[in-house]
Amino acid sequence: MNNLAPPEAVIKMYAAREEIYPREAKGRYATWRWICVWLTQLVFYGLPWLQWNGRQAVLFDLGARKFYIFGVVLWPQDFIYLAALLIICAYALFLVTAIAGRVWCGFACPQTVYTEIFLWVERKIEGTRSARMRLNKQPWSVARVIKKSAKHSVWGLVALWTGFTFVGYFTPVHALMAEVSSMGLGPWESFWILFYAFATYGNAGWMREQVCKYMCPYARFQSSMFDQDTLIVTYDKTRGEPRGARGRVTAGAQSLGACIDCSMCVQVCPTGIDIRQGLQYECIGCAACVDACNLVMTKIDAPPGLIRYATEHAITQRLSPKQIRQRVLRPRVLIYIGLLFLIVSAFSGALITRTPLKLDVIRDRGAMGREVEDGMIENVYRLQVMNTAETAHRYKIAVSGMPTISMASPDEVNLDGASSRAVPVRVRVDPKSGKAGSNKIFFTLTALDDAGLQVKENAVFFVPK
Amino acid sequence: MADFTSGFWSIYITVLTLLSIFGCGLLLWSQSRHKVVLPVDPLAATSITLDAPASAVAQVGTTGHVWDGDLTELNTPMPRWWMWLFYITIVFGLVYLVLYPGLGSYAGKLGWKSTGAYQDELKKADAQYGPLFDKYLQQDIKIVAADPQAHAIGERLFLTYCAQCHGSDARGSKGFPNLTDKDWLYGGAPDIIQTTILYGRHGQMPSMAAALGTDKDVENVAHYVLSLSGSTADPIKVIFGKAKFGSCAGCHGPGGVGNQALGAPNLTDKIWLYGGGVETIMETINKGRNNTMPAFKDFLGEAKVHVLAAYVWSLSNEKSNLYEQ
Ligand code: SF4
Ligand code: SF4
Repeated sequence: MNNLAPPEAVIKMYAAREEIYPREAKGRYATWRWICVWLTQLVFYGLPWLQWNGRQAVLFDLGARKFYIFGVVLWPQDFIYLAALLIICAYALFLVTAIAGRVWCGFACPQTVYTEIFLWVERKIEGTRSARMRLNKQPWSVARVIKKSAKHSVWGLVALWTGFTFVGYFTPVHALMAEVSSMGLGPWESFWILFYAFATYGNAGWMREQVCKYMCPYARFQSSMFDQDTLIVTYDKTRGEPRGARGRVTAGAQSLGACIDCSMCVQVCPTGIDIRQGLQYECIGCAACVDACNLVMTKIDAPPGLIRYATEHAITQRLSPKQIRQRVLRPRVLIYIGLLFLIVSAFSGALITRTPLKLDVIRDRGAMGREVEDGMIENVYRLQVMNTAETAHRYKIAVSGMPTISMASPDEVNLDGASSRAVPVRVRVDPKSGKAGSNKIFFTLTALDDAGLQVKENAVFFVPK
Repeated sequence: MADFTSGFWSIYITVLTLLSIFGCGLLLWSQSRHKVVLPVDPLAATSITLDAPASAVAQVGTTGHVWDGDLTELNTPMPRWWMWLFYITIVFGLVYLVLYPGLGSYAGKLGWKSTGAYQDELKKADAQYGPLFDKYLQQDIKIVAADPQAHAIGERLFLTYCAQCHGSDARGSKGFPNLTDKDWLYGGAPDIIQTTILYGRHGQMPSMAAALGTDKDVENVAHYVLSLSGSTADPIKVIFGKAKFGSCAGCHGPGGVGNQALGAPNLTDKIWLYGGGVETIMETINKGRNNTMPAFKDFLGEAKVHVLAAYVWSLSNEKSNLYEQ
């Protein structure tokens, strides 16, 4: 055979997902993970059922464009608060990431939390890691069909309940419940419940680590918040290597490191990586490998912490926990804290001083300024008044800014709770008291029953030449 | 379809769109596998482990692209479901283009149109609020005017459709009548107001300059007109003007009290559509005036106009406080 040309091979640029069978981890961090699951889910599933002031405590009423969050009612004009809230969340995430790496990912991210719940179901029905692997290899049998359908049904139920709860944040949950039980759901509500249920089922049941690895944008840029003093899940190479299996002999005797190469840390990893190869972007910082290895270390009578939360500096410079803690307050962290503090105080200040009353002044353009009795000049405005409080109020409209200025139309207006209306008003001025052209004036709206409820808006009064 | 000036652009867009989509598919397909040259020792390729020499790993684990002699691109394959999502997206795009307009002037199998979507929204709103308006339509305008809810609806309608000309406070401006006084060009009875809104009005005053004669005559008549409402005017000019007023009496009546059948304004009060100065009145006489109030029947429909008419009528007929409800 004449084989002058070098051999060629076809490589695939797209690879099938390989099933990962995470082994159940038990230990300190696993407990924390479950606490997080419970906390987040209690809040998520419970919140919509909470009542406040005779309505749902937290309701994002998109149809009426009003967001109810306990005592606060946000209108579209308050969108800035939501934006600020998101910025605060983002900064808090940056801060936490700079200090402790991807703890959000490993402990509180919905993707992790639901995967955890779905894995629990899977374990209860299909058994341990090895049982699951065996089950998936064996040919289809009645037992396998039963197990699989049981698993998917439970998953489906959890997913549906999640979808239902999610929609319950946007439409009153009690009414939604009634609609569901009477099979009278509207097309959009059905769609969103099913859509969100499907997303939960797909993400937590099938996609799992693929979401973290390929879809999550945060996984891609979180490394920019990392530095050498960020806590990460690390394998202590100097202590562990060279690794190798052995009996119950002390490590020194075989001149082997502490790692017995039992691969427990790989088996528990939900993203299917080997942490012993160093920090990888796939690692979600769930610390399952820490728990697993600690268990192994205890069994072989070695001190725990071969895999542990440590910083890069801690490993290279052999820092003590105290020294690690001392390095937390470094410039990067201080800047994050400072910014966070600024935004949070600005946000809470704005929220506290927020008056539940808004006023927009629109000047009529049809008539610039008209002359009325006694040579007075009149301008017409449309006041868009929004009572964003939940109770009705009566407001007094006042104008100021020019010496002879006065209201020529009724100066009181009633508004129901959480309502808005346009009020046409006429304002009169003696032309001698202002310059020809534009004059700056102010409208002040004050609640008759609460002088603190007041807004002021500026406007322009036009005096014709 | 009048969307394109010539059939060419429709074809141009169609071809471009389809070519791009097929191009994407082709690219995807061509990039899903790749041929690489294996390392010289084929055994090294089959037994790569992490312990294998770096060169062997590098060679097989790369896409085979080499730049600058030694720069290679690692092959970390994308998941296959991702590729399938791309294919599904392409299929979705093609199906979409069959169903909805998108390919030049092709209208799509579902016949969807943006105007159709707008009409649907309108129909939905009419279905929702129709009964309320129909209820008011059955009632007498004066009764509707007394209904607080109808008043609020009327106010909103007025602010949306009428305030541009008549002002938010309905007091009008130059050339646009004030609707809150008792002075009406065509009459202020409820049904007349309704007719005005439904069918619109066209108020015309021809130029009277030629009929009156000289500029002097025009000025005299202007002074006479002023005197009709008791405004200050030159008594001499008034006398001369009175003699010429006959030409105007045809519409405004011999006494200048106007004629609501024609929409001719009453000249004996101090309410002026364009202003009560000599200059303005002379301008009116010289150039004439041409006013249009648009018809709202087709645009708003009878029921809404009914509520609107009630609101407008109430402005001048009650101690109607805009803010008390
Ligand atoms: S669990 Fe610990 S001992 Fe076992 S392989 Fe991992 S690092 Fe080594
Ligand atoms: S390497 Fe450890 S911490 Fe990272 S994802 Fe895997 S188990 Fe979790």
